[in-house]
Amino acid sequence: MTADVAVLGAGMHPWGKWGRGFVEYGVQAARAALADAEVDWPEIGSIVGADTVRGGYPGYVAGATFAKALGWQGAKVTSVYAACASGAQAIDTARAQILAGMADVVLVVGADAAPKGFFRPVGGDRQDDPDWLRFRVLGATNPAYFGLYARRRMAVHGDTLEDFAQVKVKNAAVGALNPNARYRKRVTAEEVAASAVVCDPLRLLDICATSDGGAALVLSSMEFARRRGVADPVRIRAVSTVTPRYPHTVLDLPDIATDSAAGAEPAGEPFRASIARAAYEEAGIGPEDLSLAEVYDLSTALELQWYEDLGLCGGGEAAKLLREGATSPGGRIPVNMSGGLASFGEAVPAQAIAQVCEVTRQLRGQAGDRQVVGARVALTANQGLFGHGSAVVAVR
Amino acid sequence: MVAGWFTGEGDGFRLLGTRCAACRSVFFPREDTYCRNPGCSGGDLEEVPLSRRGRVWSYTDSRYRPPSPYVTDPELPWEPYALIAVELESERIVVLGQAVPGITVADLTVGMEVEVVPGVLDEDTGTTWTTWWWRPAGVAR
Ligand SMILES: [Zn+2]
Repeated sequence: MTADVAVLGAGMHPWGKWGRGFVEYGVQAARAALADAEVDWPEIGSIVGADTVRGGYPGYVAGATFAKALGWQGAKVTSVYAACASGAQAIDTARAQILAGMADVVLVVGADAAPKGFFRPVGGDRQDDPDWLRFRVLGATNPAYFGLYARRRMAVHGDTLEDFAQVKVKNAAVGALNPNARYRKRVTAEEVAASAVVCDPLRLLDICATSDGGAALVLSSMEFARRRGVADPVRIRAVSTVTPRYPHTVLDLPDIATDSAAGAEPAGEPFRASIARAAYEEAGIGPEDLSLAEVYDLSTALELQWYEDLGLCGGGEAAKLLREGATSPGGRIPVNMSGGLASFGEAVPAQAIAQVCEVTRQLRGQAGDRQVVGARVALTANQGLFGHGSAVVAVR
Repeated sequence: MVAGWFTGEGDGFRLLGTRCAACRSVFFPREDTYCRNPGCSGGDLEEVPLSRRGRVWSYTDSRYRPPSPYVTDPELPWEPYALIAVELESERIVVLGQAVPGITVADLTVGMEVEVVPGVLDEDTGTTWTTWWWRPAGVAR
């Protein structure tokens, strides 16, 4: 177990299609987090930016870009890219600096301005890039992979389209209560079933949209928090950034094939489960300790997969857990009480940070109509392209 | 499309991977630089044809036109195609590919036997870009 760091402040720019640049979203989120923390920007000793590849050169050096926009003040600066895990790695970098005594108080920022429709690789003819190859050779978009996972669950576990739709119904109902969500309308199972098929068996309302958005956190040492009179802050207790183990035998974005298991036996624990296990081990907790979880519901079917990978239920039992209402508001382990990506959409470098913003509100008891009563322990989980694990444990 | 990924014609068509001489790991797309098995001290990587037949691990399709660099003619109506992930038993690997034209998700089930056949990804006046397609085994060509 490692020592805790304090979450002094959390702030977001609402998700949507706003048509502005990522810097504006990030700066607004940063200012909201600083205000929430009651920390002035010049007091920040280090800023960590989660990179967006869509922001051009400023997006690749997001830490400095945000620092310049907020006003150069001489802080340490770091920029990190790990696809969807960028936000978690930014948090982990800030945490490491705090625990090593290199900084007392750190600002973490991620923001994105996403294209309409499918994500696509950057231009050029790049035959050594697996992300470029899967588009060029197969036309395999992200939803195509979500469709493969969904179909596989139907065949192996007997999940139904109705089960998938109920995930959307659940997440849209809480997303409707979240002022930062892009979609704030309840959705019925009939509406999911009536939406167009994108990648069989998944429909438009089973799949998350691409969005603009921003999220930021102010993290500090426990000593700094105490000096500021915050005796009982939300604390980050673990951040998991693990890679898969060879052979990785589940077909995964952006690869065209799995590793072969002909030369080494698979570990028996799939990648996503290993992400959660690393977080549990570092935090010294187990799934039974969780009050709530935020997971990356890129598709409705993928949320069900996370239930099993987080150990909320046994293999193949996710749809049953959902049907029992365990993951709904008031259930044993509510999942995606922010509304999830179903309600937000993807703003890639911001999303893992936004998950921690949500659990911070929940653990403080500030989540309003979405509040999980008595929340004490929360886990966030997602997975970054190219084998980046990402999970955070926060406690109160 | 990419050099050295497949070879042959008709019934002799095969995907090409590489195999580590030390640990027998198979790589597709081919890995020619180093064995990626962390428990392997590293062996020569030898080109190896992959099994012609395998079983469907999962499948989906693409009802909307994929973005560039996938090549399609925006003047023509979009024709969805199926994508099949196929488990090859002896290599213990899953390989994704497009289904042959005319095969839809309604024709497929998880576990069904499929075979690899040569296909055409796209063509212009000067060049035909070839690829591999998966086809339910035993279907007339
Ligand atoms: Zn080897």
